[in-house]
Amino acid sequence: MTTLDVQGGRLSPGAIIEARDVYRSFGQTQALAGASLAVQRGEILAVMGPSGSGKSTLLHCLAGIFPPDKGEIWFDGQRLDKLSDTRRTELRRTAFGFVFQFGQLVPELTVADNIALPLLLNRVHRKAAYAKADAWLPRLGLDGLGGRRTGELSGGQAQRVALARAVVAQPKLLFADEPTGSLDTLTGEMVMELLVGVAREEGTTVVLVTHDARVAAYADREVQVRDGKVINRADAEVEVSR
Amino acid sequence: MLALMTVVPLTLLGLLERQPSHGYDLKRDYDAFFGRGKPLPFGQVYSTLGRLARDGKVTGGDAEPGAGPDRKRYAITEAGAREFDAWLTEPIEPEPHLQTVLFSKVVLALMLGRPAEAYLDTQRTAHIQRMRELTEIKRSGSLMDTLLADHGLFHLEADLRWIDVTSARLDALAEMVRNS
Repeated sequence: MTTLDVQGGRLSPGAIIEARDVYRSFGQTQALAGASLAVQRGEILAVMGPSGSGKSTLLHCLAGIFPPDKGEIWFDGQRLDKLSDTRRTELRRTAFGFVFQFGQLVPELTVADNIALPLLLNRVHRKAAYAKADAWLPRLGLDGLGGRRTGELSGGQAQRVALARAVVAQPKLLFADEPTGSLDTLTGEMVMELLVGVAREEGTTVVLVTHDARVAAYADREVQVRDGKVINRADAEVEVSR
Repeated sequence: MLALMTVVPLTLLGLLERQPSHGYDLKRDYDAFFGRGKPLPFGQVYSTLGRLARDGKVTGGDAEPGAGPDRKRYAITEAGAREFDAWLTEPIEPEPHLQTVLFSKVVLALMLGRPAEAYLDTQRTAHIQRMRELTEIKRSGSLMDTLLADHGLFHLEADLRWIDVTSARLDALAEMVRNS
């Protein structure tokens, strides 16, 4: 599939995913009101904004979890919002990874089971899936924890398992929604170090929703969402007066 | 203290951009909006206006009859307006304890019908850029570098919280400034 410029009706140059004039409401609440955003391939982008500004809804629309009421979502040359539910689900399983505030691991399963899960869902052979899952344990400081049930882990360990599960299938895009929101400062920093390190090594594009400026400072760029719109002023080059 | 010394002449320029004023009126407005229990001495008002006039940023006009130490009506010049505009629109070098300057900028912007929210956004971007630089120092530096960078990061974060809260209260602040 070709990637044309925005004037041609497709992705902006260099972008891997793009929201164009997206609207989304929940009942009477207008969560997005004409949000537009292009994320460059390999970029780590922080999406910031006050509570209720629409930043998480924007992430969910970009990830194909919520279809927009109006507007377009483009991913890698195709209209994500026009795909069938089945195809969007498949894309989320194969091309996207997710890390949320609370790891959302399966507590009854072991660390290795949780990490291998996306591969097993993608019909990767069991032995290969577990070999890949095991390979992630030392990279994320989880040596020796493969057989432990995730319900027994600390918050920081659980988020590292969530990160491994998100990247084990080598997604093109990693969506992280307040990934350090439930962690203390130092544990949060460790998770961000690992997340950014893994993204750089794997060339994964990251869309990181956060209200925390210290977390956003790990990103290459940040945008602000306010009243359901992306504020472009944050993209402006800043000349600092001395 | 340094920030206050720098900000007084620029604040007076901003008040003069609103309308030509006597020194007394400038002092009254300065104290009302920016004094916060620390009124600007008359001597500093007139010495600052004298320096601004000497540098061609305000004109003093002829003395008008009446009581008081100085009945000149001051007006901002084009050079003064340019300097004020440059100060107002450019973000300040991100460093801790900027509230005095930022607060002055926001109030003056609202007073003059300028886009205060855009200035806050620009300052927010400058702050996060500085936080990004400090984060990179942490990632590549020694423990000492990390601790020093942390100190800067926490202070910048406090500034950012103030920027966010002020941004959320701009409508109320604008109404207060308009009605003062």
